[in-house]
Amino acid sequence: MVPISYYIILSAVLFGLGVIGFVFKRNIITIFMSIELMLNAVNLAFVAFSREFNQLDGLVFVFFVIVVAAAEAAVGLAIIMVIARNRKSLNVEDVNLLKF
Amino acid sequence: MSVAMLVFIACGVIAVLGAIGLILAREPVHSALSLVLVMVALAVLYLLLGAAFIAAIQILVYAGAIMVLFVFVIMLLNAGVEVRTNLSRMARWLGIPLAIVFLVEMAYSLVHEYGQRAAAAGAVAGPVAASTHDLSVKLFTEFVLPFELTSILILIAILGALVLAKKEA
Repeated sequence: MVPISYYIILSAVLFGLGVIGFVFKRNIITIFMSIELMLNAVNLAFVAFSREFNQLDGLVFVFFVIVVAAAEAAVGLAIIMVIARNRKSLNVEDVNLLKF
Repeated sequence: MSVAMLVFIACGVIAVLGAIGLILAREPVHSALSLVLVMVALAVLYLLLGAAFIAAIQILVYAGAIMVLFVFVIMLLNAGVEVRTNLSRMARWLGIPLAIVFLVEMAYSLVHEYGQRAAAAGAVAGPVAASTHDLSVKLFTEFVLPFELTSILILIAILGALVLAKKEA
């Protein structure tokens, strides 16, 4: 069997990579995908802990996270489409009306 | 080394490589396909952890529905090669050191906390795999209100997406 800590470390590595993608990418769609990567990393931690403590609550939580991610993807991609239509660009640096 | 360990290492390596590919790819479509790779690898890990239902949902909803939506939008917007720009001064002098501090701190606490516990405990005990039956009983008794609320959430998300993506008259 695999120790629980391995799963948690893998989850942390994936989350860190998601943060790096979120900060360094310039394409708005790729930034959104980095957020999905972070959600997935958190899900992995949930499932691993649920297994370790023999509690199903973690799995229920993963279920809700996936539902919220689906809703978020639908609305977020619609917003991205509106931004792309108005700005004619997918680069986040072009969306700077509120930038200080 | 057991079979479970080999599967874990294989899927973990695939997931991390997929995540790195997501960051390094310059075409958004390549990033999306890397993310699909990560999600499939994670689904196998869920199976390894005994959560068959979550693994199925991961493939159906995440790798299926959500990523198809992403690829579809990439296609629709004709998203091309990403333009590289320089980091702002704030990001270079404040952001990167803080990010490194955050990652080091996270790695330290994980290794410090769980390294000892892993050495002590050895392996995941958990003789009971989480059955779909138990999960659905819990979902429809204890968590029935949140479960019903998610249907409203999905409905609002559909309406919101429709309103936002509608062509302005």
